[in-house]
Amino acid sequence: MTVSPDLDRRFREAASTLGLVDIGFDIVDSPIGELLVAASDQGVASIWFDPDPAEDLERLARIGGPRVLRSPRSVDDARRELDEYFEGRRRSFDLRLDLRALPPFTVSVLHELARVPYGETTTYGALAAKVGHPRAARAVGTVMNRNRIPIVLPCHRVVGSTGDLTGYAGGLDRKATLLELEGAMRARARRPG
Amino acid sequence: MMQAVAIPPFERFYEEHRVEVLRLLRRRLGAQRAEDAFQETFLRALRAYGRLDHGEHLRAWVLTIAQNVALDMLRRARPTEELVEAASDDRHPAYAELADLTDGLGTKERAAVVLRYGYDLSYEQIASALGSSPDAARQATSTGVRRIRRRITS
Repeated sequence: MTVSPDLDRRFREAASTLGLVDIGFDIVDSPIGELLVAASDQGVASIWFDPDPAEDLERLARIGGPRVLRSPRSVDDARRELDEYFEGRRRSFDLRLDLRALPPFTVSVLHELARVPYGETTTYGALAAKVGHPRAARAVGTVMNRNRIPIVLPCHRVVGSTGDLTGYAGGLDRKATLLELEGAMRARARRPG
Repeated sequence: MMQAVAIPPFERFYEEHRVEVLRLLRRRLGAQRAEDAFQETFLRALRAYGRLDHGEHLRAWVLTIAQNVALDMLRRARPTEELVEAASDDRHPAYAELADLTDGLGTKERAAVVLRYGYDLSYEQIASALGSSPDAARQATSTGVRRIRRRITS
């Protein structure tokens, strides 16, 4: 005997509609692979590459609490905006973000990161200077590496001072794909030197 | 020191117990009404889940919630019928282990005693399983214990 998909769906919808879920999540398809997108009542809490149920559920519980439930409805807004972004119809996101429990330095770096425009790149050092710690490029790199809401918080737009892509938690291929999508790769390639 | 068992993310808890909960509810209520009861059971569990203080005996806990949801629905449908009989043929271990002692108690008292002493759940957890307050759960437990004591000493 199994729980029918319809019954399962109705429970998940009711749970999310009644506001009983700390963190709702779903798997979202994208041109750079499946994304696990999660949201709390405060906003989008995470976007992770290469979903892995064995680990992701505990990670989500650590962010928002034990009431973690897969519920497509709770990430409807994020899914729609991501779809539009990947189709080239959206250049900035209007989503609320859940940055709870992140250290103040991380939050200020992420706020500055959010202002890097679509289709442009900046460097770790420049971002560090923007938050008033010009020598903290390495610390900024760590914040980028741990960014739990990539794409929406565009750490793919941050590159090394020589123009190298440097690194990306989701892998350099994905970073290159996102920059290509935004037209930033061509601009970079044309740049002399 | 024993480490308290961590509370699993609800998704994992739900996936682990949903089939057994539905099976119990179907046995009690039939396929159709079991669906409403299924939803109600896991919504009640979800409401209480953030207040659990450990992750032990979650199976007994959710089956007790299901049991009570079923009883509530049966009562609403047939308010005059005697329902104790329906509850006593349930075979999950929570009731089996303390069955001799708790025989003859009302369903709430029996569930409270079993969850408290059979599974070491807190009154908060028992309350959420019974759909009552922690005070009422404490009350039901001590009434149950008093009755048992009276019976075995008389």
